[in-house]
Amino acid sequence: MGKQNRKGALIFSEYKRGDGIREAIGKSREDILFEIRESKLKGRGGAGFPTATKWMIVAAANSNEKYIICNADEGEPGTFKDRVLLLEYPELVFDGMTIAGYTLGAQKGIVYLRGEYEYIKKSLDDYLEAMRKDNLLGNNILGKKGFNFDIIIRMGSGAYVCGEETALIESLEGNRGEARNRPPYPVSTGFMGKPTIVNNVETLASIPHIVLKGGEWFKKHGTDKSTGSKLFSVSGDCKQPGVYELPWGTKISELLELVGAKNTKAVQIGGASGICIPKSQFNRILAYEDAATGGSIMIFNENRNMLNILKNFMEFFVDESCGQCTPCRIGNRKLLQGIEMIEKGAYTFSYVSQLKELGRTMQAASKCGLGQSSPNSFISILENFKEEIFCGNDRYINGYGEHNGK
Amino acid sequence: MVMENTMESKDKLRAPVSQKPLTIEKPKDLTAIGGTVTVEINEKKVNIPLGTTILEACKQHGISIPTLCHHEDLCVAGVCRICVVEVEGMRTLQASCAYPITAPIKIKTSTPMVRKARRNIIDLLLSEHYGECYSCFKNGKCELQSLAREYGVDNHTFGHINKPRYEVDKSSYSVIRDMNKCVLCKRCIRTCIDLQEVGVLEAVDRGEKTHISTFLNKPLADVICINCGQCINRCPTAALRANDPSDEIWAAIDDPTKHVVIQTAPSPRAAIGEEFGLGAGHSMTRELNTALRRIGFDKVFDTNFTADLTIIEEGTELIIRLYKAIVKKQDVALPQFTSCSPGWVKFLEHYYPEYIDNLSTAKSPQQMFGTLIKTFYAHKAGIKPEDIVSVAVMPCSAKKFECNRPEMNGSGCKDVDYGLTTREMARMIKEAGINLPEMPKSDFDNPFGEASGAGLIFGATGGVMEAAIRSVVEFILGKKTEDIFEKANIIPLRGFEGIKYMEIPIGNQVGPVPDILKHLVPNWNWLKGAVLKIAVAHGTANAKKIMDDIKADGKFSECHFIEFMACPGGCLGGGGQPIPTTPEIRMKRAQAIYAEDESLEIRKSHDNPHVQKIYEEFLTEGPCGHLSHRLLHTHYTKRGRYIA
Amino acid sequence: MLVIEKNTMTEEIEQLVAKYGNSRSSLLPILQDIQRKHKHIPDFAQQEVARLLDIHPVEVFSVISFYSFLNTQPKGRNIVRLCQTIICDLAGKKNIARAIERELGIKFGETTKDNKFTLEYVNCLGMCDQSPALIINERVYSKVTPEKAVQILSEVK
Repeated sequence: MGKQNRKGALIFSEYKRGDGIREAIGKSREDILFEIRESKLKGRGGAGFPTATKWMIVAAANSNEKYIICNADEGEPGTFKDRVLLLEYPELVFDGMTIAGYTLGAQKGIVYLRGEYEYIKKSLDDYLEAMRKDNLLGNNILGKKGFNFDIIIRMGSGAYVCGEETALIESLEGNRGEARNRPPYPVSTGFMGKPTIVNNVETLASIPHIVLKGGEWFKKHGTDKSTGSKLFSVSGDCKQPGVYELPWGTKISELLELVGAKNTKAVQIGGASGICIPKSQFNRILAYEDAATGGSIMIFNENRNMLNILKNFMEFFVDESCGQCTPCRIGNRKLLQGIEMIEKGAYTFSYVSQLKELGRTMQAASKCGLGQSSPNSFISILENFKEEIFCGNDRYINGYGEHNGK
Repeated sequence: MVMENTMESKDKLRAPVSQKPLTIEKPKDLTAIGGTVTVEINEKKVNIPLGTTILEACKQHGISIPTLCHHEDLCVAGVCRICVVEVEGMRTLQASCAYPITAPIKIKTSTPMVRKARRNIIDLLLSEHYGECYSCFKNGKCELQSLAREYGVDNHTFGHINKPRYEVDKSSYSVIRDMNKCVLCKRCIRTCIDLQEVGVLEAVDRGEKTHISTFLNKPLADVICINCGQCINRCPTAALRANDPSDEIWAAIDDPTKHVVIQTAPSPRAAIGEEFGLGAGHSMTRELNTALRRIGFDKVFDTNFTADLTIIEEGTELIIRLYKAIVKKQDVALPQFTSCSPGWVKFLEHYYPEYIDNLSTAKSPQQMFGTLIKTFYAHKAGIKPEDIVSVAVMPCSAKKFECNRPEMNGSGCKDVDYGLTTREMARMIKEAGINLPEMPKSDFDNPFGEASGAGLIFGATGGVMEAAIRSVVEFILGKKTEDIFEKANIIPLRGFEGIKYMEIPIGNQVGPVPDILKHLVPNWNWLKGAVLKIAVAHGTANAKKIMDDIKADGKFSECHFIEFMACPGGCLGGGGQPIPTTPEIRMKRAQAIYAEDESLEIRKSHDNPHVQKIYEEFLTEGPCGHLSHRLLHTHYTKRGRYIA
Repeated sequence: MLVIEKNTMTEEIEQLVAKYGNSRSSLLPILQDIQRKHKHIPDFAQQEVARLLDIHPVEVFSVISFYSFLNTQPKGRNIVRLCQTIICDLAGKKNIARAIERELGIKFGETTKDNKFTLEYVNCLGMCDQSPALIINERVYSKVTPEKAVQILSEVK
């Protein structure tokens, strides 16, 4: 799917480089913040924190050094929308950062680009150079006196956990990508101890549109609690995988139809750290209030083995846990061992329920989002597909309950 | 920020053009406000200062929360997650050690969720731990063990560890590292990098492969470890311990052909009671003498004797340096640095080798004693030095390294055979079936006998300097120290402030040169009007501050004499001292030491009659003479920071 | 390492420090540049970086060990990273891996004798819409088949 074929009401709507910045510098900082608050834009990385709230704290912070960080450490399995945005729509991302710089009084923007996307770096650097030439970056941008802002690109080096905002900041500061204790939050004590905004690529890409067309326009789309549209990275068993812009509130079944998915058994929403939804729930909607996602939609058809899928997810987390906190470091390994026991048939139901209990401890007590969300798929797959997993090939003959009863 | 100037008002952001209400709330600067906040802990309202952590707040109000990675001396980690509590309105549990309270929150410390989480976490740690409690030296003192007991975690829910064992690193004379016992609380890292700024230990690899290691996973003996042992003092399990020579010492005691002597330093005496269930701050000097004799040591000597000797030698060395610099205009290394802390010495050898000449060449009291025992004492007692086994009870793990330095053989054989820590000494006493606090008191053996209070206070940070000043003042001014400092207590040099600085003006009245120094300086006139500048630092992080200041030609480069101790609090906080260690415990040990000093009759090194006697009988050329240079002084090695 | 090699390395790192600055936040870019050039970060380089940024060598070592794309041991001239995460896994990662292993005569995690290739698995490359995918050095290849994978390798110098 190329750029020419992409259609979308908001992000993929027409935009010319610099328009958002031009519009922004004609407004006051409060006006821009107001429009963003009006739009009810929420963080597109997955956590869904209201963008305006973050921005307002940084805007009000009394510091002569503030940072705008674009989180392009897109590592969640099944997510690739940021890749598309950065390759095909860099103007949206960079204009968004520059508008943030203007609104929040920051002079420096940093794109933290995952190491795996090194091949994109050259084109981004070239693009930034072109922006500097056009005075969309640099000093006194577009003639606005005192508005100085520039963007640099910093590379990750292969660590999924650096997508967590405080781990990302640690990495930028030259440390291991280990999440920080919060509070304090990056908005007050971020990069180099200064007020810092860490926003997802897509969040920033929404900003120029909102500045140009207003918060009212933005929130006309989507649901009440999830305004606007979302880029979904669709992959797996379907005819047309790719990035789709759809309004929040779209039903899972509608999306499946759109991408040409047949015989679908399950949809993993939100990547490996998300939840797995069975056929019976395909009428649920994609929204923060229901099936929330940072964009990853992975489709599995009837031929797929759910336990194998779960195993792949848990292997991923064992590999990618930073290892600093106990629940995540050891917990993920225990969950994976549990899956291996189930695979071999060497499990007891009481141990499986103990592991689910452990999963809940991990969700509650882990230090950062990684450990807090890694048990999601374990819990939801074992719950939603217990018939397949625990009854094996008998599932078409005996129901789960029956099997247990015998 | 230029942007701010374009705003109409800096403080009050104006209303937007659209006239719809929007206020940007200024974050409150908590430090500026100070004050308190009312929080609810387990439905009880309490008032606490802003910024207090949940853990602290609970502790202040009698609610205990289990911890593992938390340590009073160290920065917050928040990694073990055992201290989690519920905060109303928050989706997840919060680590109480890492949560500063800035708003009126509601905290619950013992809910089903919290208890379940704590149990699960302890269970997880046990499943990754080679828990051989019955044969573990930390049995009964292990923090993981007591947590498991406290929370009734007793069935290994998540199984036993079946990973290949890590090789135990026994390369170092001082510190043994056993990763099989590690729970990754990272206290050792925070000790090594943040508290001490030595930088040997860090977390290596990621996820479940994470382990604590050294540069390139090299053995401790091959990296820039200074052997301070502070990591041992803060390890909650048995992952770190001192290299224990007690088996060899038992063998020597049991060998009838060996004459086994022991010297005891002041700090172990002030702390060993803690190993026998006494609170911190009970001095056990004379009880220890009896216990050591009962164990089978042939002679018990007081390290303070050579501490007194160190003062004379090191003080004389300083006077020589000053004389050369001021009168002879020679290029000599100043300020002079103390050299009794072997951790500090190695720190300098690695990080500031260019300042090696500033180190006093005087050996540490332990090593001076070692040499004297195998020369002076051996001769007097008619025993061949090779038949003497010399043991030193020290608060220190670096002393084990020090006595193994190849140059420490002034007597012709290894001067001190074994350095023993306070903890190891206590264990030997227990193994011999002795309850130390019940021992009758007895004195030290001759010919060294009792020492002065000046030697005693070597145990606390500032003590060496105070001892030196007590003598130097009397040497130069010809006045009693008591006439200048009340009760001869030099208060500005005491206490646990990281760096202490003091100036002592000499004035225009100087005294006569004492006999002991007459061969070195004709008079004190050259010091008239001078101001003696001295400084004291404890903990290598503070030492680093001073060294960097000296490098930058700062205020400390103008000092004449600086005392450095590698360990926080000085020797009383040494890496061989009883565990746990906290600022409060160290304070009490210091109080015990200063109280004992004040109770003594002789409180200045040069007043020690045994010291006077040794210069009359043995070191007849006086301090810094030829013999004393051969026996009591040493040299150092420029090690640098590169690791081959 | 010979003295002359050490001097060259020191010079190189001094240039990197001049380029990125001598604060700790420059650590990763400096290490990434060394890694790109030498395919690993030699022991001596780690100590030099530590010296110039005024941090401890063990901290540099610790950071390197944390990140998958940085390593202290030499690797082949070309690093082949095959995505092992779910979508690529379902799209036939195993068959590609086996084909490559057969062709090069080594297993994943190993380096060919001629030092030309190192094979590694990597977690999600963000190419799930064009799976399976692999990266050779910095170039990405998508919709790879076993046959195509072998063809790609044969074209690498």
